[in-house]
Amino acid sequence: MPAFFKPVALAAAVLMAFAAHARALEIRIAVLRADAPSVSGLPISRLDLPPPDLGFAGAQLGYEDNQTTGAFLGQTYLLTTRTVAPQDAAASLQALIADGYDKVVALAPHDSLLALSDAAGDAALLLNALAPDDDLRSGACRANILHVAPSRAMRADGLIQYLIWKQWRRVVLISGSHPEDRALADSYRAALAKFQARIVSELEFEDTGGARRTDTGFAQVQRQIPQFTQKLRDHDVIVAADEADVFAAYLPYRTWQPRPVTGSAGLRPVTFHPAHEAWGATQFQTRFEDLTGRRVREEDYQVWLALRVIGEAVTRTGSADPEALRRYALSDAFSVGGFKGQKLTFRPWNGQLRQPILLSDGHLTVSVSPQPGFLHQRSPLDTLGLDRPESRCTAFEPN
Amino acid sequence: MRPLLPATLLLSTLAAAPALANKVFVSNERGNSVSVLDSDTWEVIAEFPAGNRPRGIVVSPDGSALYVCASDDDTVRVFDTETYEELRTLPSGPDPELFVMHPSGNPLFIANEDDNLVTVVDVQSRQILAEIPVGVEPEGMAISPDARFIVNTSETTNMAHFIDTTDYKIVHNILVDQRPRYAEFSPDGRKLYVSAEIGGTVSVIDMTGPAPVLADTIRFDVPGVLSEWLQPVGMRVTRDNAHLFVALGPANRVARIDPATDAVTDYLMVGQRVWQLALTPDEKFLITTNGNSNDVTIIDVDRMQPIKSVQVGEQPWGVAVAPD
Repeated sequence: MPAFFKPVALAAAVLMAFAAHARALEIRIAVLRADAPSVSGLPISRLDLPPPDLGFAGAQLGYEDNQTTGAFLGQTYLLTTRTVAPQDAAASLQALIADGYDKVVALAPHDSLLALSDAAGDAALLLNALAPDDDLRSGACRANILHVAPSRAMRADGLIQYLIWKQWRRVVLISGSHPEDRALADSYRAALAKFQARIVSELEFEDTGGARRTDTGFAQVQRQIPQFTQKLRDHDVIVAADEADVFAAYLPYRTWQPRPVTGSAGLRPVTFHPAHEAWGATQFQTRFEDLTGRRVREEDYQVWLALRVIGEAVTRTGSADPEALRRYALSDAFSVGGFKGQKLTFRPWNGQLRQPILLSDGHLTVSVSPQPGFLHQRSPLDTLGLDRPESRCTAFEPN
Repeated sequence: MRPLLPATLLLSTLAAAPALANKVFVSNERGNSVSVLDSDTWEVIAEFPAGNRPRGIVVSPDGSALYVCASDDDTVRVFDTETYEELRTLPSGPDPELFVMHPSGNPLFIANEDDNLVTVVDVQSRQILAEIPVGVEPEGMAISPDARFIVNTSETTNMAHFIDTTDYKIVHNILVDQRPRYAEFSPDGRKLYVSAEIGGTVSVIDMTGPAPVLADTIRFDVPGVLSEWLQPVGMRVTRDNAHLFVALGPANRVARIDPATDAVTDYLMVGQRVWQLALTPDEKFLITTNGNSNDVTIIDVDRMQPIKSVQVGEQPWGVAVAPD
């Protein structure tokens, strides 16, 4: 048994006596990962190869954090994790619900998530820790899904606010040819219009397939990218929309004009990264690394946060009922800490968790959005993503 | 000779009067140093190295020793308050951040953020007396005036844990708001205040019954300041129980609360990201550490207004004042 289990076990032992007078409660949480086959095969950089326990490692830490609190309150958390093919997700969810796992964190792409929502009905609460699609927070929203992962619009707004703060208003948008790239490019176009930056040129990088890596690949790339970017009009910055991870990583240092690259490479809008230390995040990083032996990925943080959302709602309500937890999470009383320097709360109109977006150069936190000066009558966090008037979601409280 | 004696005594008493100045020690988290101020002139009279990332800071009751949590050294460093030389180090457990000293001067109770532990260290024998498992990310530490309980707050578990000082067992847990940073007893021990940085509140816990009970929640509201930035951290209560002061972090203000009613009566402008507080022994002055403006603000308690700010080292974090 690794050393990190000891405090939990000890705390539990010490507190047996006090647990007795509290109401015993069992909280069953599942994490369901529906891995879609990657569009493009391997990532461009081998540093981005997904670890086998992607997301589940964050679940384990969230479980332990919840259980430490639970030990003081006479509450026992149970965690189970499943990896399934997207077409099997719904059946797997039904089996989980039958076993009493009615709080389910989903790492599932758009269509699988909607299938899970249909399968869950009123019987389970889903927490979306992956799918970034804006329609899931708008016209296609579902009452049984809370979104812990930010939308594409939230990330795009977070990045573009920083470009405005820097006065980098002349933007080149380079997008990939896959549907998710085009969706991301749409989010960037909307953000650029919203914050009044200007697109001076747009380019599409067409994915023609072929092997991702060859031993001398860099020599070709070094010649291709300058040519690809040669005809661009004068600009301050490049925004790359490459969710499929096909080309963006090749842009920095290789463009015809020396301009910073942002978006899917260079300065990236992220939920978390392993160098983030502010607001007590260092403790999270060391806890995670001690537990897993690797650095945290965004999916791990998002699953950890989803478990903390459940844990916090359980702690405050004393209930494990999914509907009671959902109601509490969407209420004004709810907040959860996520090492972002302020409380995180849900938007009651579409079930999206409000959260700051980190801007990372891969090495350090460069900035955190919302940027100073971007104001909102409710919360500066509502300058990121779909605001109440923009969301067409009707499954939640009446607007 | 004999008649002269009282006169000499009188003289020395008079001479001592202006010399009642106290040393104020400020830990500079980023500067890896401690700044020393004179509470009479409010000038910096010394700055000395204090290990890596000094945060929690306390002076022994006899005024001779200064204890500093050197967080990145995983140790507590003990300095002579006259010479500023390091006397010894104490084992602290990993990443010590805040600690509280037994009123007798021994032992020291240390919160270890990384290990979900409170470590009890004998400052004389330098032995670890106990390790107490608590919630996730333990931070705030307080001891009741009768020394019966140590209180620890855990930032991710969001609880105040009450630890019996006779057997080091947790005897009560009280849920508070998000990310509790600091705990402070009223001087009569009848109330415990717990500040919640992310929750934006101070929980008032009634200690007069058989078990502690959450009695009230103090909230803050400053026109023109986003509620997100009202983040309560360090706190102090005056001995006469007339004032509770709460540092509000990035709101750059200290709140004054009437402990009789738990009502906020004043917001005092101080430096940027105000973190911890200390009172001079006569309680005429409150000193605030302002991490982002690299200074401390001196507040005149009677006039209830800031009178001076003094530049110290980089990112001042904690503050402790030597006794008379």
